[in-house]
Amino acid sequence: MSQFLSKHNSVRPTRRRFLVGAGVTTAGLAVGYRLVLAASDIAQTTTAKVQANPFQTYVEITKENRIIIYSSQFEMGQGSYFGIATLVMEELDGDWAQVDVVGGYGNTALYGNLAWGGAAQATGGSTSMSSSWERYRKAGAAARALLVAAAAQRWDVPAGEIKVASGVVSHASGMQARYGDLAEAAAGMPVPDDVPLKPRDKWAQIGSDSLKRYDSAGKTNGAQTYTIDLMMEGLQTAVMIHPPKFGAEIESFDATKAKALDGIVDVVQTPRGIAVVGRDTWTALKGRDLVEVTWNEEKAEGRGTAEIMAEYNKAADDLGAATARDDGNTPAAFASAEKIIEGHYEFPYLVHASIEPLNAAARINEDGTIDVWGGHQMPDLYQAAAAQVGGTTPDKVRLHVMKTGGSFGRRAVLDADVIIEAVSTARALGRGKPVKVQWTRENDMRGGRYRPAYVHAVKAGLDKKGNVVALHDHIVGQSVLGGSTSAAMIKNGIDPTSVEGATNLPYAIPNLKVELTTTDVNIPVLWWRSVGSTHTAYAVETLIDELAAAANRDPVDFRLSMLGHHPRHAAVLKVAAEKAGWDKPLPEGRFRGVALHESLSTYVADVVEITLNDENGFKVDRVVCAVDCGTAINPDQIRAQMEGGIGFGLGAILQEELTLKGGVVGQENYDTYTPLRIEQMPRVEVHIVPSEEPPTGVGEPGVPPIGPAVANALRAATGKTIRKLPIIKNMSGMTP
Amino acid sequence: MVAFTLNGEVRTLDVDPEMPLLWAVRDVIGLTGTKFGCGLAQCGACTVHVNGMPTRSCQTAVGDIEGASITTIEGVSGKISETVQAVWAEFDVPQCGYCQSGQIMSAVALLTETPKPSDDDIDSAMSGNLCRCATYHRIRAAIHETANRLET
Repeated sequence: MSQFLSKHNSVRPTRRRFLVGAGVTTAGLAVGYRLVLAASDIAQTTTAKVQANPFQTYVEITKENRIIIYSSQFEMGQGSYFGIATLVMEELDGDWAQVDVVGGYGNTALYGNLAWGGAAQATGGSTSMSSSWERYRKAGAAARALLVAAAAQRWDVPAGEIKVASGVVSHASGMQARYGDLAEAAAGMPVPDDVPLKPRDKWAQIGSDSLKRYDSAGKTNGAQTYTIDLMMEGLQTAVMIHPPKFGAEIESFDATKAKALDGIVDVVQTPRGIAVVGRDTWTALKGRDLVEVTWNEEKAEGRGTAEIMAEYNKAADDLGAATARDDGNTPAAFASAEKIIEGHYEFPYLVHASIEPLNAAARINEDGTIDVWGGHQMPDLYQAAAAQVGGTTPDKVRLHVMKTGGSFGRRAVLDADVIIEAVSTARALGRGKPVKVQWTRENDMRGGRYRPAYVHAVKAGLDKKGNVVALHDHIVGQSVLGGSTSAAMIKNGIDPTSVEGATNLPYAIPNLKVELTTTDVNIPVLWWRSVGSTHTAYAVETLIDELAAAANRDPVDFRLSMLGHHPRHAAVLKVAAEKAGWDKPLPEGRFRGVALHESLSTYVADVVEITLNDENGFKVDRVVCAVDCGTAINPDQIRAQMEGGIGFGLGAILQEELTLKGGVVGQENYDTYTPLRIEQMPRVEVHIVPSEEPPTGVGEPGVPPIGPAVANALRAATGKTIRKLPIIKNMSGMTP
Repeated sequence: MVAFTLNGEVRTLDVDPEMPLLWAVRDVIGLTGTKFGCGLAQCGACTVHVNGMPTRSCQTAVGDIEGASITTIEGVSGKISETVQAVWAEFDVPQCGYCQSGQIMSAVALLTETPKPSDDDIDSAMSGNLCRCATYHRIRAAIHETANRLET
């Protein structure tokens, strides 16, 4: 591969100038990026060097008439494969029954995420559609053009007379062919310099409300396989023993009793803990109970969350270590303000808690190459990490990008945790011995990489007329990027993922200051669906609501009066309010709340209705959501992501919390860490604001507004803002 | 040695009688549609039918199923389950899909027992099945739609 890349590495794709190329593969037609592969090139590279991924393309049409789409973006349930396939199919005019989407990897030039300059292949930040918008439509259009050219030559008719529909190429003379019949000939056609894309008014797939996901059937009959379901010759299962506290190290361990158990294959020390390898999961779990480990806790984090939050609260009252935004003169504005609202917000650690606990499988092959199966959300990084642990080079690591039972950020982990465990265990077992490392729920809950805990010290002032003259937010908490491979994104002491959602506050507030103090705590943290906006949106949107109440203004009108320069924010807010019937009175005992937030360039407003009750305080009955994510590619999936984001966010603010005592995590399973259940799910209606702007993401932006919208409804009912999360635990004593 | 019926076929298993049915079905028999989520009967991803009753296979020991009739997602059949599965796909209920085997097994059991469930019936029958993608809104709609279709 390195030889291959060195020949072509002067060509780099950019968002503006993107040209496609095509070539013959053993399979048929492959359309990728402008690298015209001669068959001899492929033969040479595959024999001369191990080629981790020989089919580095976007779209391949096989002689068997399959359309295989190689996705640069990872599928974790959010529908990125479907979205990318929609872009290809819009231009290619194939039949959805032909489509397979698989995870591509191993070529940053081809698969690098354009939202981040193409520097690495990675999925995150709700960027899958914006990164894919042009490249996958171009790939589909180029493949179609080549099929048409091949047919024109074969039938000796002008290309302009050829029609393509539902996977069939045809001519008025009665000639017709399937894509697969033309694939080989198409691969030999000259590649057009550029291919025109369909104009918006000709779209049949993009924006279609009736188009359904191609991958649902396998998710209703048990056929869809995930990493946990892998089966292969000789596969063993390993379960992990992790340190009881973050930072603790293995002093010694005794596996004698475990190894004596029938079916235990080996007990292996990895850089991250002990792997107990057995012939099946149950045997490995029984063996795990028999391993005796002595831990060295000298470097371990010994604090509990109570101490950590007390330190954060204290730090929040001091000056911030760094300033992320400073408009006007906040101290002077506060000095002359008529009314001031201030307080502290507390946000707990949160767990991603995907239902498929983390896992990965690896095999060191006889020739020294490595196969790694898993939820490869960051393929470039995982290829490099696996190579390092496996004692080889990245080009010798073959990745198998599996479907995954959720991620919410957890599968994009900068230290490649479970990949390292799988590869090092496979290496210890020896060549030709595949092993699957399967975490239990307890490993997953206690294994770290949480949404960091934060404290916000906020202060806001109104003038005599009830205008917001100043707002100050000092955020205290750990940095997700600090100490990671992405630490370079931290500039002037500001990790942008700690302050996003506060620094881009859209309201016209003349004096606005956002400060950040990054803390040093040895609890591993990570991005968690919508990242900084998981806490910033709650703080600023409940604060704005309190200010509206203090100014005796309607919460919707109050916000709109400060959004003159932000029409997209204003539009979603108006749509949500109108569809919810904001102006209409509610029945006795029912209350409304509203929140508005832009995250990752998508604008979302929620209006919620709650009912107070004696049983557990209140119930969220209804959510009306309005979203502007630019061009809507799959409207029904946009709705699905808003619904799911609302349920995910609602569970978190109502009742999710990870605590530690003396450095030990207090929650191990879903009995004590409690995501939303069906009886708590409100009725949700989603309204998509029409737009012709380029598409932005929907995987994350549905999460942030639900929390503050519910808190604002509760304040409407009780007069009090809940500033300490989760809500249910912290609302005792509140009465309407 | 334990003998039972699995998806209509008589099977015998010679494993540790304490082994949860979940691991026997997945690792020993090789049917992987039944999922592991918690191991503590908290998430419902491992739901199968034991003599028609929705049961958490992670908390059911192989030693306790002698003579029982077990149905997994691979073996569920009949008009109710076919309709549930079709509506599930039509409504695009699944996101990641991982919990959906369990959701469907619980939904089929509910509709078998209660052909026209109310929202409250659905909430109480499905409460044991977590979905971290929070597809609950569509699960509820899909169960109602299935009930409507089966009625006509």
